[in-house]
Amino acid sequence: MEFTFTPEEERFRHELRTFLAAQLPADWSERDFLGDVSRDEQRGVDDAVTRALADKGWLALPWAKQFGGLGAGHVQQAIYTEETAYTRMPGGGGAGVASVGPSIQRFGTRAQQEQYLPRTAAGLDRWCTLTVEDDAGSDVAAMQTRAVRDGDEYVISGAKTWVSGAERATYGLLAARTDAKAAPQDGISTIIVPMDAAGVTVRPLDTLAGERDLSEVVFEDVRVPVQNVVGRENAGWYQMQTASDLERSGVGVISTAKANIERLVEAARDDDSLIARNPSARYELADRWIEIQVGFNVSYRVPHLQAQGQQPDQEAYEAKLYGSELTQRVANTGMHLLGLAAQAGPGGRYAKLAGAFSREYLRATAATVAGGTSEIQRNLIAQRGLGLPRD
Amino acid sequence: MDLGLNEQQELLKNAAREFLENECPESHVREMEEDERGYSPVLWGQMAEQGWQGLLIPEQYGGVGFDFLDLTVLLEEIGRALVPGPYMSTVLGGAVPIIEGGSEDQKKEFLPKIASGELIFTLALTEPSARFDEQGVQCAATVSGNDVTLNGTKLFVSDANVADYMVVAARTGKGVTLAIVAKDQPGVTVTSIQTIARDKQCEVVLKDAKGQLLGAEGAGWAILEPVIQKYTVAEAAYLVGLAQMDFEIAVDYAKERVQFGRPIGSFQAIQHKCADMVTDVDGSRFITYKAAWCIASGQPAADTQMAVNMAKAWTSESTRRVVAHGQQIHGGIGFTKDYKIQLFYRRQKRAELAFGDADHHRELVAQQLGI
Ligand SMILES: Cc1cc2nc3c(=O)[nH]c(=O)nc-3n(C[C@H](O)[C@H](O)[C@H](O)COP(=O)(O)OP(=O)(O)OC[C@H]3O[C@@H](n4cnc5c(N)ncnc54)[C@H](O)[C@@H]3O)c2cc1C
Repeated sequence: MEFTFTPEEERFRHELRTFLAAQLPADWSERDFLGDVSRDEQRGVDDAVTRALADKGWLALPWAKQFGGLGAGHVQQAIYTEETAYTRMPGGGGAGVASVGPSIQRFGTRAQQEQYLPRTAAGLDRWCTLTVEDDAGSDVAAMQTRAVRDGDEYVISGAKTWVSGAERATYGLLAARTDAKAAPQDGISTIIVPMDAAGVTVRPLDTLAGERDLSEVVFEDVRVPVQNVVGRENAGWYQMQTASDLERSGVGVISTAKANIERLVEAARDDDSLIARNPSARYELADRWIEIQVGFNVSYRVPHLQAQGQQPDQEAYEAKLYGSELTQRVANTGMHLLGLAAQAGPGGRYAKLAGAFSREYLRATAATVAGGTSEIQRNLIAQRGLGLPRD
Repeated sequence: MDLGLNEQQELLKNAAREFLENECPESHVREMEEDERGYSPVLWGQMAEQGWQGLLIPEQYGGVGFDFLDLTVLLEEIGRALVPGPYMSTVLGGAVPIIEGGSEDQKKEFLPKIASGELIFTLALTEPSARFDEQGVQCAATVSGNDVTLNGTKLFVSDANVADYMVVAARTGKGVTLAIVAKDQPGVTVTSIQTIARDKQCEVVLKDAKGQLLGAEGAGWAILEPVIQKYTVAEAAYLVGLAQMDFEIAVDYAKERVQFGRPIGSFQAIQHKCADMVTDVDGSRFITYKAAWCIASGQPAADTQMAVNMAKAWTSESTRRVVAHGQQIHGGIGFTKDYKIQLFYRRQKRAELAFGDADHHRELVAQQLGI
């Protein structure tokens, strides 16, 4: 057993920190946390960071060298996730690098690989994934968006929701029903759709915490060539399940939790009203700190096992479950410590920590829903992990 | 032992529910979030016609003369419908202090106009220190005869933007002193604070503001103690109604929403949440009724104080658990503004914090236990 990183991993972390310090405005993470960043500034920093990452070959860090990546190991990828989350780095490869690229590498044709991968690794194309629908959330396989063959084309109609980054994406990887008669899992294909294709409409969602980049995407008789299917027609569902090799440590939310608790600890040192009259607050901060350390271990176990060639599915569900519930506890701790002023929204004169925790408190409700709900994670741990019978 | 409502309370509850379902639907709650005043004068007038503002006010001053337990029943319905506007501010923050500490002239002057819906009041108690205890009152007052001059800042004052008068807690050499202060005067500046509930909580800056003494100079805290007790229980009752409705919406949704070919309510993971929610709601209701009953029936002071602190300590946290489950049961849709469940989630936080969060009341419980 060894609770340290290798010298190469440490070197990478150091180099990455130096890079982030140089690329991000000095007070970026603070201002971003406080909601003090305009949309234009956000985009500007996003573009600049994405370009700089591409120049360094870091944008597609995990990809094999032949596809424009550096073939980074799993632990190194998790370090990347940890550090970029801690600094609240905007930009980076998003879904294109994290899931679409690997899917094209594994299942795509050579022509698709040549057409899409270099541009994605260079930050010239951005992707979104088009998967969940209003009536197909936890039960994704129930999706109804259709891609019907018409000669050399698919004609797509339907609507996807909870799409991240759709407004800036050049392409989407769509999961759609290509066989209406087959069992739900057996009739789904993944298809590349240019986001500027005729009939694609992106509608931003109005969310509780005012997120900027979640949308609904509607398809009205959108035509794409049949060559855009990735992998085999009707095998999309099974291809989507082969995510086990991807970075799935879940360490990003642990890292964010750490930064947020550090903000509270610092505020509590400065402003004794936060803790002096409330002895339980000290223990609560200590609890969160301990939980963060638990989280780091649970998360890093995932890449550790992947590096050994294992498939840590159950471990990844555990990390996801633990991290998203920790996110909510951290938000609650912020609200608790900041007292009456915690309810004041961002920016106000009397909003402690500038009201950032009131937004965090709203945003955290999504932590146990997005990316698979906590109930689903528990089902997966119990049924797939522990082999308990389904009800 | 009888934990049920009496006939009059049942009538009040049913009438209030029916009225609010018609007059204060979800669309109204949303509209008032965007409204600068944050309340509808029409609804306010209708509430007055039914005697709600005057519920606690004795008949001789134009009120209905019901007791505090009756008010608790009504407040549960107000929480259920998330009624926007200055009802609690006016009744608990205006009528109650005047009933407790006002002169005969003040009662005659203000109470009938509160009962008729003519006047809106609020209580200006908390300051930037955000404390709910006697030490928290630092706003400066000087008294000359019946006149009070005030200087200081009051914070998180509900509905001050629309109030005609404020009951201000301030401090003279003799201790905490209350004053009734007209809002429309040069010495009073009111600014709304953006809050998670998108309600109307305000900063009130007093610069040589003029008011009239309410009770004797230095007697303010003694008058405020029963006011704070009642206001605290009122917030708990509001939370009970809010949580009850959140729970009902979530159970309905769990019955309707289908995933994996069956209603999500058929999954035990969801059933257990629903069961936890109703257990928390019921627990909250009866500990709140107990506190209200102590007040209404004049139980010994020590018992009443303990009951009030326990009620708010419990409901502050139990209802937070309820609304968190409400969100989770809704999945992604709960995170959109389109669906109504988030209205309850955001408003729970206001009432959780109002008149002391769970820690504040836990501390008082511990003190009363002698630890
Ligand atoms: C902020 C946010 C960002 C998101 N980002 C993305 C994204 O980038 N990409 C993407 O594809 N999706 C994204 N989503 C969608 C997300 O994956 C879904 O919301 C999630 O899968 C749940 O689906 P649903 O909302 O339809 O809820 P439902 O599936 O309707 O669930 C409702 C409730 O029922 C429970 N439930 C459902 N099935 C079961 C079961 N079998 N056993 C026990 N309980 C069950 C759920 O746990 C939940 O509590 C995002 C969602 C949010 C809120």
